[in-house]
Amino acid sequence: MSGLSPDVLVGIFSTMMGLAMPFLFAALGETFAQRSGVYNLGVDGIMLLSAFASFYVVVVTGSPWLGLLAAVLVGLAMGLLISLVSVTLKAEQGVSGIGLYMLGLGLSSLLFKVLVGTVKTVQGFRPIELPLLSGIPFLGPVLFRNNVLVYAAFLLVPLSWWVLERTTLGLDIKAVGQNPAAADSLGINVDRVRYFSVCLGAVLAGVAGAGLSIAQLNLFQDNLTAGQGFIAVALVYFGGWNPVGVLGGALLFSVVNSTQLWLQVLGVDIPSSVAVMLPYLLTIVALTLTSSRDRQPAALGKPFERGEN
Amino acid sequence: MPDKRTALRERPFIGPRLDVGKVMANLVLPLAGVVAALAFGAVMLLLLKADPIAAYAALVQGAVGSTFGLTQCLVKATPLLLVGSGICIAFRANVINIGGEGQIILGALAGAALPLAFPQAPAWAIIPATCLAGFLAGAFWGFIPGILKARLKVNEILSTIMLNAIALQLMNLLLQGPLMDAEGVARGTFLHQSAQLPRQSWLPRLVPQTLLHSGVIIAVAVAILCYAFLWKTAIGFNIRAVGLNPKAARYSGINVPFYEALSLTLAGGLAGLAGVIEVIGVQHRLMPGLTSNYGFTGIVAALLGALHPIGLIPASVFFGGLLVGADKMQRAVQVPSSLITAILGLIVLFVSSATIWARRWMAHRDTATALRADRAARGAEARDGSCPDPIGGES
Repeated sequence: MSGLSPDVLVGIFSTMMGLAMPFLFAALGETFAQRSGVYNLGVDGIMLLSAFASFYVVVVTGSPWLGLLAAVLVGLAMGLLISLVSVTLKAEQGVSGIGLYMLGLGLSSLLFKVLVGTVKTVQGFRPIELPLLSGIPFLGPVLFRNNVLVYAAFLLVPLSWWVLERTTLGLDIKAVGQNPAAADSLGINVDRVRYFSVCLGAVLAGVAGAGLSIAQLNLFQDNLTAGQGFIAVALVYFGGWNPVGVLGGALLFSVVNSTQLWLQVLGVDIPSSVAVMLPYLLTIVALTLTSSRDRQPAALGKPFERGEN
Repeated sequence: MPDKRTALRERPFIGPRLDVGKVMANLVLPLAGVVAALAFGAVMLLLLKADPIAAYAALVQGAVGSTFGLTQCLVKATPLLLVGSGICIAFRANVINIGGEGQIILGALAGAALPLAFPQAPAWAIIPATCLAGFLAGAFWGFIPGILKARLKVNEILSTIMLNAIALQLMNLLLQGPLMDAEGVARGTFLHQSAQLPRQSWLPRLVPQTLLHSGVIIAVAVAILCYAFLWKTAIGFNIRAVGLNPKAARYSGINVPFYEALSLTLAGGLAGLAGVIEVIGVQHRLMPGLTSNYGFTGIVAALLGALHPIGLIPASVFFGGLLVGADKMQRAVQVPSSLITAILGLIVLFVSSATIWARRWMAHRDTATALRADRAARGAEARDGSCPDPIGGES
């Protein structure tokens, strides 16, 4: 092994920043949904369909911003669908989420095969070097030479925290997830808050999908996410339903992932399947270590019906 | 509250009276969900400027248009029935097992490794031993999330999904190492697949010139056994009690975490069995892509079979046919078979949404049954002359 030179460390950490971006969007979005008491397991499906939509729009128009818009709209549509199923029709959320996942998986693959057909790359969001800041040794290349979605993902962490902890909207979301009957009796429209939170989460999952297809990888293929949406849901548990905890989880997860990628690039002799397996193993270990249910929103996964709870 | 009073009562599968609520909940609503999903699929095809009638005609023709197609429906129904039976057990305990894919892989690994290790073993020994090994390997993969849920309250949905990814990589690792076909190494192709299994470990074929193997009989037997297990044994009763109302089950002395872990372990074992049978019945070697999403499709079949192993039998054949037809559709009219994945997703969404109406009908029915029982009891007491019937008037 050539040793961990500073260049390699910069490589590992700047790769980590890029890898963390989709996890941050998806997991912060899911945090909102789960804090309102709704368990959206279909994040991966939303990411897939949005990733395709943004990729296709970039193929046709060449504009990553229009691609991002398409991802947001697809996310919103999927969010409305899963809200209807989970909130209004009160379906079992673990099961309906799998339905949404399969819908996204199948539909994105169908559309890709019919509309595009072959693997091709697109020019998505380019890295933006922030003047002066990007010149700082070590920190500069890691923090300040990223694409716009990476900056946005990291800014979303304090923003989400502020919304949840310092605004009336956040209070409503948490109340509805903790004790919907009490919130209802105080005049909060439980269903409306849940629709809002789930749709917000779905839109962010859509942005995460666009982040993969038009910022990180700049291509689309079948099952592009390879289960990253599910890992994002796990990160919400790991982070204790708290944006800062989610950030910690996303960074830990991404640094392990980028390390295994760099080890392979450097030709360290570990079988690639073991390297690919590592993040999933880590997720299980993390879930095991942080499996305290005390912090879980009390009404998570439970549909609300007046007079029943 | 009639709900709580009837929560733990036995519900026989075939009652003496035609139960309208049950028929609606278990037959009409799921079928309506399937029809609606297929209709949505047709709209998608129209939007993509494909001909939905030609596509669905090719699908039906592929599934039922030939002896080979028909037998293929049963071949594909076999793993669905096995995985789905396990899903029925798990979901009845209110445990959501998304880990079918990984459990199938573990079963398949055992199913390939054992015959390759004992190439001389006679069929009467190696086939049962391989099936048992696959069951145990899958059960182990279900036991992990089961024990994590029981002891540490780790969310089983997430842990089973992670275990799917780990199992996939485990298979890749073994196929690139100890299990890799020596012939491929010698020829220099290095295909990621195992050597062909010795012939005596293959399941016997039922119909010549087709792939239909005796695994389908095993699957049907397993489904019937699962029905008997869930409805005719004390353990099965406890599993269903845990699923219906964990609090009530706990207060009546049932060890809830134990039954949650047990149901996940059994579900894993049955998925593992599906993996073995796929290897020794169809592929005769281990290769990537062997799970064909059966772990997920099995969930859809179980939901459509109303989480009942007997209802699952027609549901599995139906989905087997859908998968067979999808291949034909892809070849004949160039509509990608991923359309079927999307349609399966819609079916799950529709069927899980429709349970709101099913629940309402069932609640009505339970209220009516409880009232009837109440009246009968009070009527008997009234005839004994001990107390008057407070509801009164009705016989």
